Amino acid sequence: MSEIKVVHYINQFFAGIGGEEKADVKPELREGTVGPGMALEAVFKDDAKIVATVICGDSYYNENIESATAEILEMVKQSKPDLFIAGPAFNAGRYGVACGSVCKAVKDELNIPVVTAMYPENPGADLFKKDLIIVETGNSAATMRKAAPLLAGVALKLAHGEELAGPEEEGYIPRGIRKNVFLEETGARRAVDMLVKKINGESFKTEYPMPEFDRVPPNPAVKDMSKAKLALVTSGGIVPKGNPDHIESSSASKYGKYDLEGFDVLTSESHETAHGGYDPVYANLDPNRVLPLDVVRDMVKEGKIGSLHRYHYATVGNGTSVANAKKYAASLSKDLIADGVSAVILTST
Amino acid sequence: MVHVCTVVPISLTVGANRIVPAVAIPHPLGNPALTPEEEKKLRRKIVEKALTALQTEVDDQTVFERDY
Repeated sequence: MSEIKVVHYINQFFAGIGGEEKADVKPELREGTVGPGMALEAVFKDDAKIVATVICGDSYYNENIESATAEILEMVKQSKPDLFIAGPAFNAGRYGVACGSVCKAVKDELNIPVVTAMYPENPGADLFKKDLIIVETGNSAATMRKAAPLLAGVALKLAHGEELAGPEEEGYIPRGIRKNVFLEETGARRAVDMLVKKINGESFKTEYPMPEFDRVPPNPAVKDMSKAKLALVTSGGIVPKGNPDHIESSSASKYGKYDLEGFDVLTSESHETAHGGYDPVYANLDPNRVLPLDVVRDMVKEGKIGSLHRYHYATVGNGTSVANAKKYAASLSKDLIADGVSAVILTST
Repeated sequence: MVHVCTVVPISLTVGANRIVPAVAIPHPLGNPALTPEEEKKLRRKIVEKALTALQTEVDDQTVFERDY
């Protein structure tokens, strides 16, 4: 294979233009390597060559993301590269966002392999780790000596179309992708092995790391429920009889929005549960046990609750991925806010 | 929002801020061992607790005490 042509993206600081006072410099294309590109080329040997370096001020990029991305894309196109590398950005937030954003644009527009590198807590990592291979670095440029060979190595593999091994072996930030593999030992055996190690105080590695959950600051209290519009939402799978949206009994791919108009109580004739993760007998006999419509209707009549939102929302919380659950919540809360709902009771089984 | 749920540790893990403990996984707001009248009273208590939670200022994840 002939020499791989690389375009490298760096910021004003690593180009030696200046620090914060020069962070507003516009994108610029220079031939050959600049700054950290030299450390990459040392690893490339004769396999690849940095034909051009794009430089852009971090503030300029972040304040003009759309136009700056377009300008940079044009510059990259001119050089007709086979591979695009950005950074490393270490823990520089705006630089990390720029590296991620430019890489994604190049990948989407030019359809060539792209790779960047940064510290896992760089906000650019969180934003782009699902879309890109981001080689993990330390938090400062002092770790360049370690970061450059790793980045260059992964870059070459990508350019050669080689399949990357897992994030741990290759040194990139996990993208949240799970692959099926065959192992000698059964899951039961491996689980017991892990447990024994745990009991013995030995180190072991989980096969299913828990996702990192968000924390949100609590909303202020509802001032007066007798004036509030309340909505009922459930992950317990309460749907109209027959499950019209075919919400899956596990790993639900959707949620449903259902009209409660005309129902004072839920009954076994009108509603049921679509949930496959608990014994459905009690919920099917009396769906109010999961979605307390009967009590809420009473309390609206008594004036203790201002009003009940006309629709309830339901999904099945059974093996549902956090990413999907988050998506449903984002979508239905938009709906609720638009409809003037001021309080929500979410029930889970 | 208030989360009425049976498995409080899960609710804490996923980050709910107002949590009202429920009765049991297959019937969080009910108890089939009770008469229908008693059961509805129990459900009313849980919903009232949920409304109290909604009207209470909290500055961190808070589990409201179960008194039913």
